[in-house]
Amino acid sequence: MSHSSNDRVKDNRGKCDLALTVNGKPKTVRVFPMERLLDVLRQELGLTGAKEGCGEGECGSCSVLMNGELVNSCLIPALQAAGTNLTTIEGLADGPQLSALQAAFLECGGAQCGICTPGMILAACHLLNKKPEPTLEDIREGLSGNLCRCTGYMQIFEAVVQAARRRASA
Amino acid sequence: MRSDPADYELIAPGNLQAVVSLLADEPGKWLPIAGGTDVMVQYAAGKLPARKLVSIWNLPELRGIETSPEEIRIGAGCTYTELREHEIIAGEFPLLASAARWTGGIANQNRGTLGGNIVNASPAADSLPALLVYEAELILVSGRGERRVPYLDFHTGYKKMKLAPDELIRAICLGRRFSSYLHYARKVGAREAQALSKVCVAALGRLRGGVTGSVIDDVRIALGSVAPVPLRLTEVERIAKGKPIEPELVQLTRKMTTAAIQPIDDIRSTARYRAAVAGNLVAEFLQQLRGSGKTV
Repeated sequence: MSHSSNDRVKDNRGKCDLALTVNGKPKTVRVFPMERLLDVLRQELGLTGAKEGCGEGECGSCSVLMNGELVNSCLIPALQAAGTNLTTIEGLADGPQLSALQAAFLECGGAQCGICTPGMILAACHLLNKKPEPTLEDIREGLSGNLCRCTGYMQIFEAVVQAARRRASA
Repeated sequence: MRSDPADYELIAPGNLQAVVSLLADEPGKWLPIAGGTDVMVQYAAGKLPARKLVSIWNLPELRGIETSPEEIRIGAGCTYTELREHEIIAGEFPLLASAARWTGGIANQNRGTLGGNIVNASPAADSLPALLVYEAELILVSGRGERRVPYLDFHTGYKKMKLAPDELIRAICLGRRFSSYLHYARKVGAREAQALSKVCVAALGRLRGGVTGSVIDDVRIALGSVAPVPLRLTEVERIAKGKPIEPELVQLTRKMTTAAIQPIDDIRSTARYRAAVAGNLVAEFLQQLRGSGKTV
């Protein structure tokens, strides 16, 4: 096709080098500054744990931690992630050893279809980092930006309670 | 249709001076983007008219909350999380703290900013009625310098405001003079987090003259989601001042509230429901004020 070379020119013009730390490892990718962080993670970095649900910051399935803060990666332009430290669901386990939250979600039936689970676990992780001994009300509020259409939420809350208890006794 | 990132420019100059110069050079051409919780939603939907964006996220000059004995000065780039966690805001401006807690989920609270909420100018924004009753003042900055304006009449119509194309909101100032008031806020929506309000209210009130035979010394009431702009009910306030809170006054203010607003039918609610709820909320506030013991 005659316009394919034009597309390639357009593809590269305006891109920038984006340096950031992802799950402890320094990365540099060449992206458009307005590319969504979610797309950078999934397409450039091959980290498909963060999911696209609504694409407008309502469902939380694209949640990641940016400098320790919970954010919706679908609402972050790539340029604003420059120099930040990101944690995605892929960064929680230590090799085959699941984090306390991941294990608790499995044990309590907090994951069913799995679309919301990475975001749910990162939101829970953010909550427990801020409040190691959350009340049920804290948990409900901490996860209120993450929608789940399978579990009815109770197993998820139970998983967070269990993970908090284990962290406290560890 | 989704936007193509190749069609958009985004730069991050990193300091306020550079951003302000850019806006001065090409007024109206650059759209400032802070936490992106509104702009990126429009972008994702292919509905963002601006093609050139300038990042003001994390600009040091827009950050932080400064306090003096007279007022607090909230950097326009402060997030809802920062508002919620600030001791003086929680203690002296609880309507703003509640609104911050009600706005979106935690991830949006970590990114959404108070300045962004003002310029996005949604009539449904929960924090704006709180700013109206606290009589906030805005510090606006441009290449021409700074000016301080009252927030009261900042919004002039749906998504229209008294902000020049080369101006940014730098800070929001709140006078520390409401400690003797009852602070009342309520959001009526499908759920607390993530759902936009059907109606929200922020109100302040104070009595004088002792518990028996007391009258309203001062009152301020503002509503969200009931008009093209966040609405201060100045006529209702004027009528209520100096009067005892009796059933006749409550009934009158309920009627006046319904008359003052211009609610619409939309995806979240109906005009009729909104009008009824708005009247009920004003009535509930006055009844709470009567029993509050908040006197001069």
